[in-house]
Amino acid sequence: MTISLNKVHFAYPDMPDKPVLNIPSWTVEPREQVFIHGPSGGGKSTLLNLLSGLVAPTGGELSILGKRLDKMNQRQRDRFRANQIGYVFQQFNLIPYLNAMENVLLATQFSKHQRANAREDEVEELLTKLNISPDARYKQATKLSFGQQQRVAIARALINKPRLLIADEPTSSLDQDNRDNFMSTLLPLVTAYDITLVLVSHDMSLSGYFTRIDALSDINCLTGDG
Amino acid sequence: MFMKLAVKSLLNRKGSAILTLMAMTISIFVLLAVEHIRYQAKDSFANTVSGVDLIVGARTGSLNLLLYSVFRIGSPTNNIRWESFEDIVSNPQVKWAIPIALGDSHKGYRVMGTTRDYFEFFSYGNRHSLSFDKGRVFSSVFDVVIGSDVAKKLGYSLGEKLVLSHGIASTSFSLHDDRPFTVVGILEPTGTPVDQTLHVGLEGIEAIHIDWRQGVKVPGSDITADEIEQLELKPKTVTAFMLGLKSRVATFRVQRDINNYAKEPMLAILPGVALSELWQMMKVLENTLRLVSVLILIAALLGLSAMLLASIRERSREVQLLRVIGASPTYLFLLIELEALLITLVSTLVGVLLLYICLIAAGDYLASGYGLYIQSNIMSASVFYLLLTVVMATAVAAAVPSLNIYKSARMVQ
Repeated sequence: MTISLNKVHFAYPDMPDKPVLNIPSWTVEPREQVFIHGPSGGGKSTLLNLLSGLVAPTGGELSILGKRLDKMNQRQRDRFRANQIGYVFQQFNLIPYLNAMENVLLATQFSKHQRANAREDEVEELLTKLNISPDARYKQATKLSFGQQQRVAIARALINKPRLLIADEPTSSLDQDNRDNFMSTLLPLVTAYDITLVLVSHDMSLSGYFTRIDALSDINCLTGDG
Repeated sequence: MFMKLAVKSLLNRKGSAILTLMAMTISIFVLLAVEHIRYQAKDSFANTVSGVDLIVGARTGSLNLLLYSVFRIGSPTNNIRWESFEDIVSNPQVKWAIPIALGDSHKGYRVMGTTRDYFEFFSYGNRHSLSFDKGRVFSSVFDVVIGSDVAKKLGYSLGEKLVLSHGIASTSFSLHDDRPFTVVGILEPTGTPVDQTLHVGLEGIEAIHIDWRQGVKVPGSDITADEIEQLELKPKTVTAFMLGLKSRVATFRVQRDINNYAKEPMLAILPGVALSELWQMMKVLENTLRLVSVLILIAALLGLSAMLLASIRERSREVQLLRVIGASPTYLFLLIELEALLITLVSTLVGVLLLYICLIAAGDYLASGYGLYIQSNIMSASVFYLLLTVVMATAVAAAVPSLNIYKSARMVQ
C-alpha cells in the first residue's frame, strides 16, 4: 500500500471546531495513477499537504510507503518528503533566479540518495527525456515558456527517484496543446519509473488519461456545513 | 549549491543588495580607519622620542612644549637665554644636553638648529639612535643635514645648495637667500618628524640672522658669508633643550630645580608624563570617534536587516517551493544568514582595500602636516578581532529576517 488513510482528521489550529478534512478511509496501491477532482476550497491543498508531510493530521493514521507520517516530527517528515515524494505545483515550480539545470540539481541537495557531483549527467538525461533543449537548460527559469517550466518541474520532482509523485493542478496554467504535451510526457515516465501518481485538478478533461478517478467529496466526509 | 543559491538570490536583487553593500562598506571603512589611526597615532607619538629624561623650554603648557619641541606642531611661545641653558647644563646630574632652535623653514619643512650632540644622543623608537644614509654631521656654519623625507620629496642629494626662509609658512617672502646652505648629510628614515626636518648648527641659525632685527632684514648691511665664517658665532637664545641625566632617580630633583630657576621662567617636562596627558586629552575625542563609528555600523546593519526582511516578503512562493522539495526551516534560516554574511564579507574586502588605498594616498600629508606616521599595513590582531565582531554583529542583525523566514517556513501549507 502506497497511501493509507484511516480516520484522518485535520483542522487548522485557529479554527479547531471546523475540520477541513475528515477521511474515514482511503488507500492507493503501488504504481496506481489516481486522478482526484473537486472544486477549489474543498480541502484539496490540505489533502496534498498531508500526503507530502508538510502538515501533520490532527487525528487518525496516515501512512505513506509504509511509514506512519502522523508519528513523525517535522524534521523527519521533511527528510521523508525529500527522499520519497516528488511534487509539482500549478505554477511557481522553479526558483526564478536559477537556471533549469540548477533548479533540478537544487532538489538533489535535500535527498540522501546520491551525491551531488554524480548527478549532472542524470539531470541532462532526464531533461532530454522531457524535451528540454540543451540551450534552454542554462536559461534562467523566468525566461522559459510555461510549458518548459512545467516540464522542468517534472524533472525536478523526479530527479530524486521518488516513489510517490503528487501533482497539484499542474496543467491549469497551460493551454490545450501544452497540457496534452505535459500529460503525454509525464505518464510514460511515471509508468517507466514505477512511481505512484496522485494528480489533483478541477479540470475533468484530464480524466481521460486515468483509470482511477476519485471525487474529493467522496473521500472527504465532512458532517455539517464544512 | 547552498552558496550558489545565496549568491544568485542576492544577484537577483542587485539594486538593493549593492546599496546595502555600499552602506556596509562605508561603515566598515570608518570603523577600521578610526581604530587603525587611533592605534597608529599613539604608536607614532610614543616612538618619536626615547631616552630623553627632560625637555626644557620657556614657561608654557607642558603639552605645548612637547608638541613644538618634539613633534614640530604649533609654534614656540618664547625662547630661553643661552646663559640659562649653560647654567642648567652645568648641573652635575646632567649627562648630555641637546639645544634646539626653531623658527626657520625650507619649502614648508622646518629647520632645527642644534649641536653635534643631537646626532650622538637623540634616540627614537626602541632606543634607535640617528644614523646617516649618506654624508656626515655638519661641521661648518653653512652645512645642513636633512631628513630622509626632505631628501626624497625635494630630490636633494649631497652638495645641493639651498636657501632657508624666515618663519614656518611653506611660502615665505623673507628668504635668507644671501646665505645658502650646503647639504652634507642625509639621515636614514626614522618614521618620526626627524624625517621632515633640516638640521643645521646653532651657529648657522645665528649667522643667517646676524643682520636681522624683529624678523626683517636690516637694509644696507651686507656682511658676506666669508666674513661670517671668521666671526665667533655664539648663540644668544635657544627654543628648548632636551636633557639626559646620569641617573633617572635625579629626574624629579632636576625638574624642580629648573622650574624654580630664579633668573628666567622655564618649564621642564618628562616626555612620558606629557604624552600620557596628551592621551588623556585625546581620549574624549577618541571615544567619540569610536562611538560614532559603532553607531554607523549599527545603522548599516539595520539597513541590511531591513533589506533582507523586505526581500522575504516577496519570496513567500520561493519559501513554499523550497519547503516542498525538502528544505528544512533551518536551511532557510541559514540561507538568509549566509546572504547577510556574504554582504558583510564583500563589504569588508572592499572596505579594507579602500582604507589601504586611502592610507597610502594620505600618508605623506599626515606625516608632513601632523607629524603622524601611519603605516598602511592595517592587519593586526586587534583589527582581526574587530572584523570578527562585525561578522558576529551581522549574524545577530540578520537573525531578525532569518527568524522571520524560519517562522513562515514552518507555517507553509
